[in-house]
Amino acid sequence: MIGALIGRDLMRALKGGGLWLPLAFLLLIAALFPFAVGPDASVLARTGGGLLWIAALLASLLPIDRLIEPDREAGVIDQLVVRGHGEGAILLAKLIAHWLSFGPPLLVAALPAAALLKLDAHTIAIVEAGLALGTPGLAALALLVAALTAGLKGSGALAGLLVLPLAIPILIFGAGSLSVAGVGALKLVAASSLVLIVLCPLAGGAALRAGRD
Amino acid sequence: MGLDLDLAAGQSALIAGPNGIGKSSLLRIVAGLLAPFAGSVTATGAIALTDELAALDREKTLRAALGFWARLDGATPDSIDAALGDLGIAHLADIPVRILSTGQRKRAALARTIISGADIWLLDEPANGLDAASVDALAHVVARHRAAGGIVLAASHMVLGWSHDAELTLTAPEEETA
Repeated sequence: MIGALIGRDLMRALKGGGLWLPLAFLLLIAALFPFAVGPDASVLARTGGGLLWIAALLASLLPIDRLIEPDREAGVIDQLVVRGHGEGAILLAKLIAHWLSFGPPLLVAALPAAALLKLDAHTIAIVEAGLALGTPGLAALALLVAALTAGLKGSGALAGLLVLPLAIPILIFGAGSLSVAGVGALKLVAASSLVLIVLCPLAGGAALRAGRD
Repeated sequence: MGLDLDLAAGQSALIAGPNGIGKSSLLRIVAGLLAPFAGSVTATGAIALTDELAALDREKTLRAALGFWARLDGATPDSIDAALGDLGIAHLADIPVRILSTGQRKRAALARTIISGADIWLLDEPANGLDAASVDALAHVVARHRAAGGIVLAASHMVLGWSHDAELTLTAPEEETA
């Protein structure tokens, strides 16, 4: 079931612009930032890494209302549960599909974005490593909040308010890895991601079950 | 006030009652989507549910949308066309789900249940939106399913085109109507 659901979700995300949206979003922010703060290379290089992290975090919010609600509304999740598949397994499959549609494009987009921000090779390597470790956590957080808010009116705005505070640890550790903390902060990014990845199927599954009553 | 229902292979039951009395909720309890407040449900064999939600991807063709469920249920692609033919919508197989009419979508959801090969069919208002010919076709499919040892539990406020071994009419408790 998990493989079939990953394939289906991934195809739907690609057709719905899931691949291009985070990519274009990140590039747009990186292109606008020098206009806003001026083309001073040293300022850009000092702030660019943190900016990429903020852009990645906001990009993870973009597809949040497409992750769970359409499938809940169409009865797809009901049908999977009737067939004996657990909500946790459904969310795990959706997590993998969501990350595949959003993580790798973001990592690719970060390269030209880093060039626009005049980051040096060392900083680029740390940002890429941090994003590779952090985006699974951001994907899990987006999916968890999507499951919690599925079926509510105005869930998009509510989801943003719920995600941003919870994403702060990843943002702090991720941006921290660019300064003195280095590799130690990357380990904390990975740890935060792991917690969210484990939490997402458990808490999200409970939310979907509770939402049916 | 309680509720007791036993169905053996090949049998069919109808849940009747006015709108909002809980026919759909009862089916969802049997399907395992809701937990009963008291009592238990025991089912032997796979369950398939057809309710008002088609659970078919709108942007895909009908065949591709049903194909996702067929793969999950381990059914062959041939069974998709066979089920569409049974319900008289074989000509819609290459049409996107989003432009199907209400009745056509209902038949597509019923086709999903046929394709699943499940032993127990839970049909929530299966005749809603269907024309007379489609109701006949559905009765024919149900008869074949029961002849093969399948069980059908339908909830409807309408007359369905097949006989029932048991009929359960849900009524509001006395104190609520008084």
